[in-house]
Amino acid sequence: MSGDHNSMTTLAPSSVLRSPRPRNVIPGFNITMGFSLLYISFLFLIPVGGLLLFTMTQSWEQFWRAISHPQVVASYKLSFGASLIGATINLVFGLLVSWVLVRYQFPFKRFVDALIDLPFALPTAVAGIALVTLYASTGWVGQYFDVYGIRIAYTQIGVVIALTYIGLPFVVRTVQPVLEDLESELEEASAALGANRLTTIRRVILPALMPALLTGYALAFARALGEYGSVVFISGNLPYLTEITPLLIVAKAEQYDYHGAAAIGTVMLLAAFVMLLVINGLQWWSTRRFSH
Amino acid sequence: MSTLTARLKRIIAIGLTAVSFSALTAQAQTVNLLNVSYDPTRELYREYNEWFAQQWRAKHNQTVNIRQSHGGSGSQARSVIDGLDADVVTLALAYDVDALRQRADLIPADWQERLPGNSSPYTSTIVLLVRAGNPKNIQDWDDLVRDDVQVITPNPKTSGGARWNYLAAWGYALKKYGSEEAAFEFVEKIFANVPVLDPAARGATNTFVQRRIGDVFISWENEAFLAVEQLGRGQFEIVVPSVSILAEPPVTVVDANVDRKGTRAVAQAYLEGLYTDDAQRLAGKHFYRPSNPVIAAEFSDQFPDVNFFGIDDVFGGWDKAQNDHFNDGGHFDTILENIARNR
Repeated sequence: MSGDHNSMTTLAPSSVLRSPRPRNVIPGFNITMGFSLLYISFLFLIPVGGLLLFTMTQSWEQFWRAISHPQVVASYKLSFGASLIGATINLVFGLLVSWVLVRYQFPFKRFVDALIDLPFALPTAVAGIALVTLYASTGWVGQYFDVYGIRIAYTQIGVVIALTYIGLPFVVRTVQPVLEDLESELEEASAALGANRLTTIRRVILPALMPALLTGYALAFARALGEYGSVVFISGNLPYLTEITPLLIVAKAEQYDYHGAAAIGTVMLLAAFVMLLVINGLQWWSTRRFSH
Repeated sequence: MSTLTARLKRIIAIGLTAVSFSALTAQAQTVNLLNVSYDPTRELYREYNEWFAQQWRAKHNQTVNIRQSHGGSGSQARSVIDGLDADVVTLALAYDVDALRQRADLIPADWQERLPGNSSPYTSTIVLLVRAGNPKNIQDWDDLVRDDVQVITPNPKTSGGARWNYLAAWGYALKKYGSEEAAFEFVEKIFANVPVLDPAARGATNTFVQRRIGDVFISWENEAFLAVEQLGRGQFEIVVPSVSILAEPPVTVVDANVDRKGTRAVAQAYLEGLYTDDAQRLAGKHFYRPSNPVIAAEFSDQFPDVNFFGIDDVFGGWDKAQNDHFNDGGHFDTILENIARNR
């Protein structure tokens, strides 16, 4: 509401002239800022705030009982562990994929490039069913592992695969534009100055990419943590073994235990927030350290 | 500036009057009804809605526009509690319907006495679906605790339908072995044989039918028929256990919503219509057991006799069953702990 009022004054020509704020090329700071705040509030701040407030309407014992049950603790380990592993795999192979897409020419490159976005668009349930079809012990890929007694679908490996699949575009799409700006002349200059290939990668390329890599890593991790649709098809959902935390939240809601659901949701939220803060801190540190 | 706003206001006012006028005239000719149901009733209600619309138009010269919503029974109930303006709900278990009263006061306490047969116009039961030729020779509940048998069922915590599965097995063991302890042990052994525990019936069907995992799938009878008919003709067989639970999926008018929308008469007629001979035959055609014994007799080839027990007799009603078995700290949680410990 206050945003609207302010915008009226900015729009009047006299006040623009007298505005103490440095003039921007594009006017409308107040209206855009006001709208952004409103937008973020309705989509994010109010729902999350509501979750926290609702969580606080229960007693401490009730909260603790909900979040510390062994079954729930086992699911934290799986959810955070598999999300971290999936994001780490994406960090390595996402970098590789973006490198290939930026630096090399090959047939159907545009097509492959477009494929990367598939996890954004494909309904996660479809992805889950497709993955389990591929990796079940009767599936196209799974049968070859089954020979050696390795089961992928319905184990924790399956969870990691689903979480890797949904995270890949986050790393590729954040690293790709930075890599495009990184001219290969830099590498040539580095080589001309006597650096070997490893040194060039370590001292020239990686530092430039580090902030983008960390952002992609954080996004892939956060996305994996909240993923539900694809995982429930491939994980087997065995309690204490392959049950992810979001599924337990659904289970609580299904028995109309909204307090329990909100309690676990809050733990996920806070833990994810802390981890994202740490990753952001790392990013800040790496930007300072490497940008001489 | 001010003349512009005045003109704008007038235009909006005229527009609004026109819209509301057309809405009023339209209301006389058509009435909208929203039926919030659970997943496997899709085909049944598609056909019933057509039938009912015809009947209603013939009698009242009014078009009924029936919209359907399908999903997991529990989440459908939650949507209605959170404000989805359903005129009627047709869900999988009384516990979910009763939540409309307990959580939001949308229906009166005696809702289940308002229509015959605990307000369940059709019933079903829990059966065992096995692979063609029954390679593991599964005949009854007892075969599900064998070491060489893998059992597929959705998770009773997340799937309303799976609660019937669990209670059917429990009730059988209670009858046969005579004690709660024996029943607990029996159900624990069954769940120890479950390799994949899907959150919903849809996923479990997929696991058993498409992924070919497990030897036996505990399922609602109507869904077992659907699996046999649609998903894999000749690939599966239905084994009817000696004793099973009478599954009653109840229906009710959502009083708070129909009174607000003025749709009580048509909503009521819609549910009462489910008890007519035509609708009972439709239910039978879509593999639900008709509640009318005369019509049920017409389908006796399709539905073999089962020794039924009810949830009220054995478990003291849904509230108690939910509390004893499925809520946090209930028997099912203990069963999961035991299985995890022994794994």
